[in-house]
Amino acid sequence: MDYNLGHEQLTEIEEVLQEDLMGMGVHCVIFIDMAGNIVVNLDDGAIKHDVYSLAALAAGNFGAVSAMAQMIGEEDFSLLFHKGEKESIHFSKVLADFLLIIIFGHEISLGLLRLKVAESIEKIEKILKS
Amino acid sequence: MSFINFKKKEVQVKVVYYGPGRGGKTTNLEYIYSNFKDRIKTEIVAIKTQGDRTLFFDFLPFDMGKIKGYDVKVQLYTVPGQVKYDATRELVLRGVDGVVFVADSMEARRQQNLQSLKNLQENLAIHKKSIFKIPLVLQYNKRDLAEQDIPLLSVETLEKGLNSKLKVPFFEASAVVGTNVVHTLKKIISMTMASVENQLK
Repeated sequence: MDYNLGHEQLTEIEEVLQEDLMGMGVHCVIFIDMAGNIVVNLDDGAIKHDVYSLAALAAGNFGAVSAMAQMIGEEDFSLLFHKGEKESIHFSKVLADFLLIIIFGHEISLGLLRLKVAESIEKIEKILKS
Repeated sequence: MSFINFKKKEVQVKVVYYGPGRGGKTTNLEYIYSNFKDRIKTEIVAIKTQGDRTLFFDFLPFDMGKIKGYDVKVQLYTVPGQVKYDATRELVLRGVDGVVFVADSMEARRQQNLQSLKNLQENLAIHKKSIFKIPLVLQYNKRDLAEQDIPLLSVETLEKGLNSKLKVPFFEASAVVGTNVVHTLKKIISMTMASVENQLK
């Protein structure tokens, strides 16, 4: 996994995440690589999560689940969702090396979130490939 | 791999503590945490078994200050040392920038050290990295046990067994007492940063 992201690409990714996801009222968006490094981190200012630890755990978690997928003959599970009482976490893979993590409250519908996530990922993949 | 954010002027590097089970990898991180509490904003993240052994990894993010105007964030990880957790070790090595190999100085652990170093080489190779090229420091841990008359491998024996081909820097240490824990950390950070620094504009 070797990649390089320029200033412009980062700004574009940030804009997509800000408009599409933060704009719909999620609490926090973290875009990381599979090594657990944070590429972009946005939040609504109201929450203070330890995003570096979250990123490390998310990358590890996703890696572990991918290994499970391979054991049952799947290449990967492209998305994961953990539901909490007040806060939930949605993970989706972006290309081979990145992970989009969204933390959101119960006021957001999961269906709408998935739709928005799919749209954003499409845009982000274009940016990453550019 | 290190991630350089040219926009935020931030560098994130990943250092992994590797080595045989019960060798002192987690103890290294715990010592670092207790010694630099003022610079570490978070708690150690540790995923353990009920018996207090590392199951997945320990994680400690660490602010290094600025290099060439970039904020340097060092992410310290340990791997589970037990042989059966190989898949997890391979996962944690993903994107690694530098490795500290914590060897157990006890005579009884000679074979486990050799096995674990070989395992490191194999797992790095899976990620297309060479043990001969990655920044690597050896730490001969538990030197304090000599005082309790526990038979230890001599440094010469450890060097011959583990470092004769690698020829990387090594430290005699005691993670429990804290001897050379910080020196080991400083060495691996400076070696890792040297390989990252030329990418900084």
